[in-house]
Amino acid sequence: MKNSRRSFLQQTALATSAFCLGFDWFKAEGKAGAMVASTVEAGRFNAYLEISSLGKVIIYSPNPEIGQGIKTAFPVVVAEELDVDWKDVEVRQSNLDTQRFDRQLTGGSGALKHSWDRLRKAGATARQMFIQAAAQTWKVDPSACKTASGFVIGPAGQKASYGSLASLAATLPVPTEPTYKNRKDYKIIGKRTKGVDNANVVTGKPVFGLDIEKPGMVIAQIIRPPFGATLKSFDATDALKMPGIIDVVSFKNKVAIVGQSTWQVMQARAAVSCKYDGQNLESESTHKKWFDEGMVTENAQVNRKDGDFKAAIAKAAKVVEATYECPFISHSPMEPMNFFADVRSDGSVLLAGPTQVPQSAQKAVATLLNRDEKKIEVELSKMGGGFGRRLNNDYALEAAELSSLIKKPVKVMWTREDDMMGGIYRPAVRYHFKAGLDAAGNMIAFYLRGVGLNAGNSTRQDNFPVGAIENVLIESVNQVSSVTTGPWRAPITNFLGYAEQAFLDEVAEAAGKDPIQMRLDWLARVKSNPVGKITYEPDRFIEVIKQAAEKSNWKKKPGVSQGFSVYYSHLSYVAQVADAVMVNGKPKITHITAVTDCGEVVNLSGAENQVKGAIIDGIGHAMFAKLRFNEGVASPSNFNSYRLIRGNEIPTIDAHFVDNGIAPTGLGEPALPPTGGSVANAIYAASKKRLYRQPFDI
Amino acid sequence: MSIQLTINKKKVSLDIDPNTPLLWALRDHLSLKGTKYGCGIAQCGACTVWVNGEATRSCVLPLSAVANADVTTIEGLSEKGDHPVQVAWDQLDVPQCGYCQAGQIMTAASFLKKNPKPSTTEIIDGMSGNICRCGTYHRIQEAVKLASEIAAKKKTSSTKKSAKA
Ligand code: FES
Ligand code: FES
Repeated sequence: MKNSRRSFLQQTALATSAFCLGFDWFKAEGKAGAMVASTVEAGRFNAYLEISSLGKVIIYSPNPEIGQGIKTAFPVVVAEELDVDWKDVEVRQSNLDTQRFDRQLTGGSGALKHSWDRLRKAGATARQMFIQAAAQTWKVDPSACKTASGFVIGPAGQKASYGSLASLAATLPVPTEPTYKNRKDYKIIGKRTKGVDNANVVTGKPVFGLDIEKPGMVIAQIIRPPFGATLKSFDATDALKMPGIIDVVSFKNKVAIVGQSTWQVMQARAAVSCKYDGQNLESESTHKKWFDEGMVTENAQVNRKDGDFKAAIAKAAKVVEATYECPFISHSPMEPMNFFADVRSDGSVLLAGPTQVPQSAQKAVATLLNRDEKKIEVELSKMGGGFGRRLNNDYALEAAELSSLIKKPVKVMWTREDDMMGGIYRPAVRYHFKAGLDAAGNMIAFYLRGVGLNAGNSTRQDNFPVGAIENVLIESVNQVSSVTTGPWRAPITNFLGYAEQAFLDEVAEAAGKDPIQMRLDWLARVKSNPVGKITYEPDRFIEVIKQAAEKSNWKKKPGVSQGFSVYYSHLSYVAQVADAVMVNGKPKITHITAVTDCGEVVNLSGAENQVKGAIIDGIGHAMFAKLRFNEGVASPSNFNSYRLIRGNEIPTIDAHFVDNGIAPTGLGEPALPPTGGSVANAIYAASKKRLYRQPFDI
Repeated sequence: MSIQLTINKKKVSLDIDPNTPLLWALRDHLSLKGTKYGCGIAQCGACTVWVNGEATRSCVLPLSAVANADVTTIEGLSEKGDHPVQVAWDQLDVPQCGYCQAGQIMTAASFLKKNPKPSTTEIIDGMSGNICRCGTYHRIQEAVKLASEIAAKKKTSSTKKSAKA
């Protein structure tokens, strides 16, 4: 059996938690203005906030924007606590700035959870500094002053704008105990705030990575080998003669074609021939064999054990069993991978482009080129989607390596085909579930084995319904493949959520129970007497389930078949009911009701976008997406045969949010995992056909 | 041999390989980056521009085919970014990542020219050739409807104005 490898995801998780160790807001972000004091930044109150004497409020958004709306959501929190009107705020993207900001990355739906207090502090401390400055000026007690819409108002009705107070306020000590607004007084948080980049987007401004143009820049595309193969030789004689071609160079089994314009490079690339060496390159049959072997090996990793599964299943009155499988799929963000690098002879490096993890890019390039990290500047562009693909900086490293070889500023661009065939996929996984029911239909034994191809631990062993079941055994097997994988929106749970929720529907049916009531009974058990360690809060689960049942008219819609699912991921809870009807003998999903508990909703418009977008993403990839491998080469290679969901294939969606005021948790991913399950269960309810594989065969 | 055409009301002359797709001519040679590359094979619609007023996929359209033609890109859709479709897109907060939206907007604006009062089904059909990986489809459909209403209002108010004058 092959060794298990530490997955990229785990490394990311470790790196993320390391960033958080020993962080002191007041020493870092709170003082960041003073740290780099200059005349221009005289009004820089902290890492996030700058207010000029003319009253201009600039809020810096540090995290990479991939369409999750962070560039709008972060500043909303600062502006709320600062107590200014949103229309007076200008938002600017901050480049990588490790002196000023903590955790400048996009991944794991973790940004608001991580930064909620930091952002509130950034606004609230500055607001108090304005009050202090006004009180000093007016010689009144600060506690007699209040703020409104960017003004401090004194006890005798005095009024001073933040702008007029800015130069004094910025010199005052940062209050160490900020007072926050009461959530009932929120004017921006929880309301609909439009994306701060809308105007740029609708007028076609060059804000994306692929739009980057720098002086002296050349364009490159790269031919990459089949997975598992090495480059033996290449012939670029003809290509080098073609117009606009500057160079053809090879590094790390790749061949880069460098030229003046995209089209010229594309043409020349087609004229390069490559020969590869490689044995036992992987094909679909290889992957099937690895799944089959993984399912029977005695060497699985045991991730959780409660009670005695084997003994319990042996005495079960009924056993339910099912196997689910998903293929490798590509992330396919609309903007393919690309990156700009300028590796200069003076030792400095400029990197620019779309990455979810700019600091990792900086570190990796420093290591690759043996340069000083401090001399590597990283500019963040807006990203045409990420979905986890841009957590891997392979394409940024390509640009840096190529720039150092050709000694020119270069933008490396992947074509759609490169993107789809070039790796870092959602891993392929097979799951086997087994449930044992007693005579009364109670689940007394629960088993799951996940076999993943480069998936690391393909289970989430402490998640519901674990905690409600007496005898549990959860195992995983990781098969090492040369096909590269990485986190894909809601890593692992994007498929596990579906498989598990579809399986529990079978369990409910076998037990003769309503799928919602069955889960509520389990959660009641977890509340009173949980089995072993759990990672979720049963009350929050119960609330989304109850609201989903109510808002969807569960089982009360004549002529409509419904499917239920609920999943906890990224610290948020999402319950879904899908409605299906039969049209011309085929099931059609007509509507989805989703109830989400992600704590405080910062931007209702953005939150709705994330929930609906994740559900559409979940349906589309469950229905259509699949990559196959032949001798290390992936197919299909473009959207003609790798189908993405389109606007005439979507159900209507109602997105509801639980209003509980808990500090915000993740939202970019959590609505995706339950989607395949609600859809598959509704399709079963309508057609009596169970779906065990993605893409669905309907 | 250079190729002449009109882009966003300006005459341009390009002396490049006539096989260059219009998309790359716009992006690489005219620095008009608003038109996007998504697939290069006429499948996604990210590269949609107007050629003589018709929505067209510029990624598969060689420059030679647009000699003397009149091309409009997202940058030229309106002077101030206030075309009814652009206004509706902003008002309903359609974009997520935003990458597909120039193509969506060019498709929608062309669709509304031909069908100023579309039904919901017509909107869904008219827009389903454009892919949005972020899944903004609901809002795209709502925004096309809103844009048709904004355009209708603009029209009545401008007829009223000219009636007065
Ligand atoms: S880039 Fe032209 S249709 Fe996709
Ligand atoms: S908004 Fe991201 S692809 Fe459409």
